[in-house]
Amino acid sequence: MTAETPGVRREFMKGNEAICLGAIAAGCRYYYGYPITPQNDIPEYMSTHLPPLGGTFLQAESEVATINFVLGTSASGKRVMTSSSGPGISLMQEGLSYMAGSELPAVIVNISRSGPGLGGIAPSQGDYFQAVKCGGHGGYKMPVLAPHSVQEMYSLTMLAFDLADKYRNPVMILGDAIVGQMKEPFVPTPYIPAVTTEKPWALTGCAGRSRQHIKSLYLKDNAIEVHNWKLHRKYQQMQAEEVRAELYRTDGARIAIVAFGTAARVSKTAIQWARREGIPVGMLRPISLFPFPSAQVHAVARDVDALLVIEMNTGQMVEDVRASTPFHDRIRFLGKPCTMPTPEEILEEVRRLAVEIFPAEVRA
Amino acid sequence: MKAQVKEPFTRQVFWRPKSLVDVRTHFCPGCHHGIAHRILAETIDHFGLREKTIGVACVGCAVFLYDYIDVDVCEAPHGRAPAVATGVKRAQPDKFVFTYQGDGDLAAIGTSEIIHAANRGENITVLFLNNTTYGMTGGQMAPTTMLGQKTATSPYGRDFKNDGYPIKMTELLATLEGTAYAARVAMCTPAQIRTTKEAVKKAFEMQRREMGFSIVEFLSTCPTNWGMKPAEAQQRVLGEMSEYFPLGVFKERQQADCL
Repeated sequence: MTAETPGVRREFMKGNEAICLGAIAAGCRYYYGYPITPQNDIPEYMSTHLPPLGGTFLQAESEVATINFVLGTSASGKRVMTSSSGPGISLMQEGLSYMAGSELPAVIVNISRSGPGLGGIAPSQGDYFQAVKCGGHGGYKMPVLAPHSVQEMYSLTMLAFDLADKYRNPVMILGDAIVGQMKEPFVPTPYIPAVTTEKPWALTGCAGRSRQHIKSLYLKDNAIEVHNWKLHRKYQQMQAEEVRAELYRTDGARIAIVAFGTAARVSKTAIQWARREGIPVGMLRPISLFPFPSAQVHAVARDVDALLVIEMNTGQMVEDVRASTPFHDRIRFLGKPCTMPTPEEILEEVRRLAVEIFPAEVRA
Repeated sequence: MKAQVKEPFTRQVFWRPKSLVDVRTHFCPGCHHGIAHRILAETIDHFGLREKTIGVACVGCAVFLYDYIDVDVCEAPHGRAPAVATGVKRAQPDKFVFTYQGDGDLAAIGTSEIIHAANRGENITVLFLNNTTYGMTGGQMAPTTMLGQKTATSPYGRDFKNDGYPIKMTELLATLEGTAYAARVAMCTPAQIRTTKEAVKKAFEMQRREMGFSIVEFLSTCPTNWGMKPAEAQQRVLGEMSEYFPLGVFKERQQADCL
């Protein structure tokens, strides 16, 4: 069922709004945020649509406060979301570390902009490291999902809530100004919960049970070591069960693009054009950036002559690609920091690669 | 509550509050945290709130609140307790939500969170323990440190030219529209302890009646980091501390003020 199927109810919305629709469908009734471009459609939508549903929208005094509102509501056992962009996500890192340490679920949306610093409001994938390697202290992980369409902004948000509850862990949606601001049709598929929503650990007052705590401080004996190994096992389980990637026209491909989000979306057009020219090119699109689809990257790298990593930064995910496969000499990189690559630019790069890798065939 | 041995012709007039866990605390001799904890537990019992209370612990000596008070407790990052409490209260408006914060936590790193929680009239209760120093980290200068006070990071005494002045948070918060109740108390004498208990009850009452943000500041000792004997520390609270940080009620909203 796609947006093109006749007779299916479709919505025509911005990606940012589709995130809100997905969150509400997944039962999220609490949203906290602070204004920052290019994600303001999210708090604006939530402030309009949550109160009539009996939900709560609250604008915080800072992103530091925002993530701690989220922490408190999550500790209460409710589904809760916040969104921001790079500078605001930086301010949330403290809270994210505490939430990971305290094992609290929530969905955090980063509609990223260019940086570092105040940077600009142009689309960028410069927050890959911060999201995937986790910018807070102490060493933790969180699932990171990278939508490349408005449809995925909707459906991956629903998935993010399930993953957050399944692992009792924050989950990040990593988008950018393009996928957040663009409008396209999508199908608001019904939400089917993949996990139980019961949260016996939530702090609801100790009626009929002994008191409970949500905490990340472990001072006694080797308690913090035990806690770290427990978290580590959880992250290993994520790596075993939550890898998501799309293979796009990899049949017979000798060049494989590796790209996520907006860069992958643009690459699809370039791949169609290149295929028409007879260049056997396809794409591996990581949907989960953590866990990273390392095995899939290696499997593709084995079968092609070149892996072309395309990112809207100067090279971040490419390090994870290198770590996934020993075929380092096959890895090429095309970076467009703080702007969107055009299909023409990608096509040009693919053509250049084709000439370099199989000159005789191309000339023929 | 421990079983008490009843002697003939005696009557039990003193017992451990139900909400106070029967364990030894980590607090130093002469520290007032223990008194404040007991008053908190007694007040929870007084209103029968034990099973519907969620406490928010700060970073500092008071972080072990969850070991001592027999209620659900959430730990907050340093200074963020009012924001965490906001998240809890918004999700569970029918529950009783309090924070327990020290002066480093509330008056330095958490200034933004406390001011905006008060200004929103967030219906939570804040118990604020001011001992003019960072106790847990070893007695460094706090925003509440008195002028001339020597600490680990003001070894020559706090000098306003370098460090500014000790901040009076409760007076500041009392100026905000959202604040329903703001009082400063001490716990050096039985009479002061009785006054303190009344103030904490008032603060609880504000939340129970949904009248808005309430805060009680406890002037407290830190004999270990002040380098004083408990009795000397007590005298310091009664003397120079109470002179600079006057005791009293700075704001008390009446029911009729709440529209």
